[in-house]
Amino acid sequence: MKPASFRYISATSLEHALSLKAEYGDDAKFLAGGQSLIPTMNFRLARPAILIDLNRIDGLGATRPCDGGGARVGALTRYRTLERDAGFAGMFPLIAEALPHIAHPQIRNRGTIGGNLSHADPASELPAVAVALGARFHVQSTKQQRWCDASNFFVGGLTTDLQSDEMLVEVELPAPKPRTGSCFMEIARRRGDFAIAGVAATMTLGERDECIHVRLVFCGVGETPADASSVAEILRGHAPTEQAIRDVAAAAQAMIDPSGSVHATADYQRHIAGVLTERALQTAYQRARHGH
Amino acid sequence: MDIDDHEITISVNGVRYQRRVESRMLLSDFLRHDLGLAGTHVGCEHGVCGACTVLLDGQPVRSCLMFAVQAEKHEISTVEGVAGGDGEYHPLQQAMHDHHGLQCGYCTPGILMTMTAFLEENRSPSEEEVREALSGNLCRCTGYQNIVDAVMAAAKRMRG
Repeated sequence: MKPASFRYISATSLEHALSLKAEYGDDAKFLAGGQSLIPTMNFRLARPAILIDLNRIDGLGATRPCDGGGARVGALTRYRTLERDAGFAGMFPLIAEALPHIAHPQIRNRGTIGGNLSHADPASELPAVAVALGARFHVQSTKQQRWCDASNFFVGGLTTDLQSDEMLVEVELPAPKPRTGSCFMEIARRRGDFAIAGVAATMTLGERDECIHVRLVFCGVGETPADASSVAEILRGHAPTEQAIRDVAAAAQAMIDPSGSVHATADYQRHIAGVLTERALQTAYQRARHGH
Repeated sequence: MDIDDHEITISVNGVRYQRRVESRMLLSDFLRHDLGLAGTHVGCEHGVCGACTVLLDGQPVRSCLMFAVQAEKHEISTVEGVAGGDGEYHPLQQAMHDHHGLQCGYCTPGILMTMTAFLEENRSPSEEEVREALSGNLCRCTGYQNIVDAVMAAAKRMRG
């Protein structure tokens, strides 16, 4: 199908884009990569009266180091730009591992980090990864700017903490601590499809290989990224044994609340989540031990 | 609502075009209907099938997931520009012919655009890399094996 009529405005600066959004509110949508927005417009599931195109704003797609390590990723940064950035991949191997699971190369050439996070698809990989990495989002409107923790940003399926006049402009990623291993895994019916279940795990080890920090966040098993880090706390203080990791997986299975779909029942999603948890925690642990 | 239209200048296969387009005109429809370049095929119109893949500044994208107005001042390449100026096949076109990499041919323009860009970046791909690069283009005829064979053969020929 074809999209319904709308008014197209190409924003010339961030201030211009924000002032347009302040003026038009919910009648307007930001157009970044458009890889989720345009399909919904083609289906006429979305009929925004106004599109504010962000693609010609200089600097919104820049990635830069931030004070104290880590990186700040501009909202308009395309997936492929990060995929091709070896330095970024080295610093954030969890993101590098998740990126190839996001749709297909053609989509990743266009789709943006800020667009993905603002769209907040329950099956999307990046929201879970952002929560697992403890990312912070820089949010701006004409009236104010603020920081929002990734863990508070996703409030429901396709729903975020963004107000109608706000834009997510930058993502701040803290540098992983030394001796941190991570792993992203997902099961989808085909490469690039939405995940039946996916998991992002990170683990930091102390001098005796004891776990001192662990995060475990799922995608695709609820309306928002499902943060099961609390059930992984039992690993803390010891070198994780296979039994302990199995216990975490069982606790995580009990904690999540997948809804099931035509492609996978809730029980199957729960099963997959458990299997992936075991594999991802084990892999993150080994990577932390062996330094990659 | 009044029609919201815009004057755009875009380059397609090296030819500059100036046209007035309605905002909601998809790039895929613009290429086919306004420019008459019907080699770009339209399949699903929601970014799944890959038939409409074109190159935007050299990178493969879905032309059904972009508005024509967004292509202003960009370089678009379509299947009509893949063969040489003298009509000589691109090595991948020749390999698709040799290896029977198409049957009905509907998906072929999208596959040519995706995989010619891929081969520009990776002249020595593994079969697995080829399959990964192909994953965003659906083909219901071939079962993909002959396409993979064709891409591997084209890569070998392009390495010289």
